[in-house]
Amino acid sequence: MVKTPIYMDNHATTPCDRRVLDAMLPYFTDKFGNAASRNHSFGWEAEEGVDKARNQIANLVGAKSKEIVFTSGATESDNLAIKGIVEFYKDKGNHIITCVTEHKAVLDSCRALERQGKATVTYLPVDKYGMVDPDAVRRAITDKTVLISIMYANNEIGTIHPIAEIGKIAKEKGVVFHCDAVQAVGKIPVDVEKDGIDLLAMSGHKIYGPKGVGALYVRSKGPRVRLTPIIDGGGHERGMRSGTLNVTGIVGFGAACEIAGHEMAAEAARLTELRNRLQAGIFERLDEVYVNGHPTERLPGNLNVSFAYVEGESLLMGISDIAVSSGSACTSATLEPSYVIRALGINEELAHSSIRFGIGRFNTAEEVDYVSERVSKEVKRLREMSPLYEMAKDGVDLKSVQWKS
Amino acid sequence: MSYSDKVLDHYNNPRNVGSFAKDDPSVGTGVVGAPECGDVMKLQLRISDDGVIEDAKFKTFGCGSAIASSSYVTELVKGKKIDEAMAIKNTVIVKELNLPPVKIHCSVLAEDAIKAAITDWKKRKGDTREAAAAEPAKAHKG
Ligand SMILES: Cc1ncc(COP(=O)(O)O)c(C=O)c1O
Repeated sequence: MVKTPIYMDNHATTPCDRRVLDAMLPYFTDKFGNAASRNHSFGWEAEEGVDKARNQIANLVGAKSKEIVFTSGATESDNLAIKGIVEFYKDKGNHIITCVTEHKAVLDSCRALERQGKATVTYLPVDKYGMVDPDAVRRAITDKTVLISIMYANNEIGTIHPIAEIGKIAKEKGVVFHCDAVQAVGKIPVDVEKDGIDLLAMSGHKIYGPKGVGALYVRSKGPRVRLTPIIDGGGHERGMRSGTLNVTGIVGFGAACEIAGHEMAAEAARLTELRNRLQAGIFERLDEVYVNGHPTERLPGNLNVSFAYVEGESLLMGISDIAVSSGSACTSATLEPSYVIRALGINEELAHSSIRFGIGRFNTAEEVDYVSERVSKEVKRLREMSPLYEMAKDGVDLKSVQWKS
Repeated sequence: MSYSDKVLDHYNNPRNVGSFAKDDPSVGTGVVGAPECGDVMKLQLRISDDGVIEDAKFKTFGCGSAIASSSYVTELVKGKKIDEAMAIKNTVIVKELNLPPVKIHCSVLAEDAIKAAITDWKKRKGDTREAAAAEPAKAHKG
């Protein structure tokens, strides 16, 4: 028997790897120094830990260690990238290009700048697989464009954008390219040189590291990217992000990156297999299930499916021993279904019926089998309770019905 | 979000799930909500000629609270006169199920479903009486 509850929501966060924790522990106690203390061994020890982590992180994404700026997480990294660039380049222009399925950390940073009258923003649509068209990026560029911000891989549907192509266009046009790579780093190869990325947001807790630590890669050469800090103070991180460094978190983040680098190929293969197994298990038990996201350009551990005629939150309730998440309205405060799923242009009912499975390092084949069986059983139960399923079976075209709401 | 015990109970053991034959003249059907809003409730009431709700069945597409609201309503209306059922307010459902503010719309939908089902029954009653009056020969067709 598998042990429950089963955690299969690894896009939301991941458990800290034991090896990461072991690397961190000395920095809570013996090596507790402030990395900015330049005049004693306690400070040096802490700084050594930070330097090592900077290297480990830089290595994973093909950067130089001095290009890594530590932050409190990717939300801050996205804010710093977007607001910092717009402020610094305000004499050059004020136009940002991003896309509708970005994380809120990007979208709401852009909206804040729009509200303040500091930027105009183009929100590019995505195709039915959630992918942005590089040509649309090219066409959206004006002589006022100072920033392109497109994520590497989407956190809900796992779709991987054509980042290298966008990077090439950005370079050609001389526009700074920011990439929120929170879900991609450590999972699939990311290389700021090959991909032509100027700014890259990363987070510790999505790659089996600790929460509350992240980084922003800021290109130093070809071209050197400058930005205005959003947090002022002691001038840490070359003035780009003041504040005493979270040494334990940074050490853990570094260790997590090193492990991810070593194990990526094998882990990606294993997770892809588990994902395919989960998908097959669900599809052989149920009809009218639809995959959201790209069929091939997709994160290894991601499976996002809509179970027609069943509302997502009610399904989550029925599988309470399995931790996954839903694009259903009912799981959000706004009562609107996921903006990411809706952006795919599928019908709204299917947006309410979507479930995201995030398979991670510590999931097993037994867990996957348990989940596909358990979910399928619950979907069948809820369909027996669903008036939509009944109508569809009676041959009623749900789109032709005049709903009274 | 955590659910009240009563919501969980109705969700896990929904009362009176199912459907009556749609063309049964003693049955009123109310379908409220819309798929794109994430909730659709179908409530069916079997009502005696003198206006007493004898039986109720539901099917619901929606969150756990929507399922629980409709399940509870089927219990609540049974045995009631249609006038009493028409007077049921959503607040009764909120109170019984301990619904949090974000789920109040589920109780409103359930209230609407009762009204829609009774209205449908009245209309059909009216229709069949009119039809019977207009076409007396029909009764003999057997
Ligand atoms: C794509 C993406 N960007 C940004 C974030 C925010 O990261 P953090 O939790 O480190 O602030 C997340 C995590 O939710 C994410 O998935």
